[in-house]
Amino acid sequence: MTRGTLLNLPHAALGSLLAVLRQQGYNCIGPVVRDGAIVYRRVHHVSDLPYGWHDEQMPGTYRLERSNSPRAFSWAVGPEALKPLNFASGETLWRAERNHEGQIQFEETLPAAQPTAVIGVRACDLAALQLQDQHFLDGPYRDPYYAARREQLFLVAVHCTHPADTCFCASTGDGPQAEYGFDIEMYESEAGFLVAPGSAAGEAIVGELQLSKSNDSQRAIAEEEVRQAARKQTRTLPSQNLRDKLLASLDHPHWQEVAKRCLSCGNCSSVCPTCFCHTEHDNPALDGRTTEHVREWSSCFTAEHGDISGKPIRVQTHLRYRQWLTHKLGSWHDQYGRSGCVGCGRCITWCPVGIDITKEAAAIYEAQLS
Amino acid sequence: MNTEMVKPRIAVHKFSSCDGCQLAFLNAGPALLELAELTDIVYFAEAGSLEREVEIDIAFVEGSISTPQDLTRIKAIRENSAYLITIGACATTGGLQGLRNLYASNTRDWTGAIYARPEFIETLDESQPVSSHVKVDLELWGCPVSTQQIMTALRALLFGVTPGDDRDKICMECKRRHNVCVLITKAAPCMGPVTRTGCGAICPAYGRDCYACYGPAENINAEALATCFEGLGLLPQDIARRFHFINCNAPNFKQAGTIWRNKS
Repeated sequence: MTRGTLLNLPHAALGSLLAVLRQQGYNCIGPVVRDGAIVYRRVHHVSDLPYGWHDEQMPGTYRLERSNSPRAFSWAVGPEALKPLNFASGETLWRAERNHEGQIQFEETLPAAQPTAVIGVRACDLAALQLQDQHFLDGPYRDPYYAARREQLFLVAVHCTHPADTCFCASTGDGPQAEYGFDIEMYESEAGFLVAPGSAAGEAIVGELQLSKSNDSQRAIAEEEVRQAARKQTRTLPSQNLRDKLLASLDHPHWQEVAKRCLSCGNCSSVCPTCFCHTEHDNPALDGRTTEHVREWSSCFTAEHGDISGKPIRVQTHLRYRQWLTHKLGSWHDQYGRSGCVGCGRCITWCPVGIDITKEAAAIYEAQLS
Repeated sequence: MNTEMVKPRIAVHKFSSCDGCQLAFLNAGPALLELAELTDIVYFAEAGSLEREVEIDIAFVEGSISTPQDLTRIKAIRENSAYLITIGACATTGGLQGLRNLYASNTRDWTGAIYARPEFIETLDESQPVSSHVKVDLELWGCPVSTQQIMTALRALLFGVTPGDDRDKICMECKRRHNVCVLITKAAPCMGPVTRTGCGAICPAYGRDCYACYGPAENINAEALATCFEGLGLLPQDIARRFHFINCNAPNFKQAGTIWRNKS
């Protein structure tokens, strides 16, 4: 779809967008301040949005502060966004029951997903969503649980103007401007929003709002703010053939150096919007007649992930970190045609000891060059 | 264990402990009735069953080995039990009372500090885990253990399979619950990154830091977390106490706490 004309939506009229979405049957999910972070939850009223809130992020640190800004989207991504909406952190894949004749009967447990509109999606998370779609939907084994929820999503992107210290989406080419994957795109400024549809579904919603056209200077100012957000970013990933360099450095001593700091707690992979590893187990009822087969988020930082037929192949931390990094930045290219990193910086902020993927990758990359 | 023919006999024993883990049975609700159908509960003093000398299929043991009587009794129980499961921190690591192993140079020191007539106190020098004295087939960690842990283990044994052992860090469970990390947002000295899951990340779900009541997870990096706590502003003795607490005698917690205690 060609890019739509940008229309004016004043701050005071944002509620009308939510109202139209609700009228069309969407549950609205958006950013809210909860437990000291900006997270995506049900938005009942436009005042639930984080007006005036800004985040300060550093390796291993996240803090919120508030100003008098009229903006609701002056923040960089919090710990999670779209991933849990599609790839549930825990769900039952099927149930089984033993009947009185002793036969086992299986019952399907596909989720009954409702149409859901997510307000304020960032470019990095849209890039991550595309990768998750590739993993769960493309190929011969389409995941029906993921698909049932994914098909119901309506995405309202807000281009990022407030990158955190930990962000590097400009370096991976995934932001701060959202280029694809949204139903509506919005620029936020002091005066309000510039809005354009990005899909037929988006057009249907925007059409209901009866908005005036923006002018060239408004558009130029909005786009410049997003370009500035790219320039503010200081972190970068090495861009020249990182895959080959990492895979040629499997015995590099730096893996051991990272392992001294790494807790192998799995926080990086849990907050990563592209990580998809999971574990499955059965929860039989005490009477032994029924059972549920459950899938949960797991991580290459757990022992179980490296457990093959009872033999643990990644006992030590350096092997787990190496697995994560060489997959994310290396063999991901072979599987999905690009790197698995979208530059959101979550793994840096939410690592308790502040391990920085850009620094660790660079340390191994540069050592290879010399 | 032929579950189709004969009900397995189970026993619940108490040693040096607060009785809290036994409540995982007594608070089980309808599951307790189910359990009574599936098994023969032959010894459970807190619930009134007192057939002591019979052979047992599955013995649950709460509490640490802390007195000479404990020592004699645990050996007799092991002799009579086909499968022995420790329930909770006390039985599994020596428990909170194991702090005496670390903070008193000898038994007389601490009994003298607490009791008016310490000569009446008959105790071992250390509070020790059950596994220090007899073979343990399965350890269920936690302070207290949950009904879920006990029933899951029991169900597996009734099926004739080895119960699973979830040794992942609490952080995994915490993120699955969509809790916002208290260490990152509030600089709270959360023990989640070194603590095994099983509780379902209850404390972080209520905005407080984990205090490691489930004991060490697999492959922990206590030194890196302790250094992180130092960066958050904790003094060495405070860092030592994060490790020297409910599971102070778990070897890697003991070691980490001792390193930081010696720095203070």
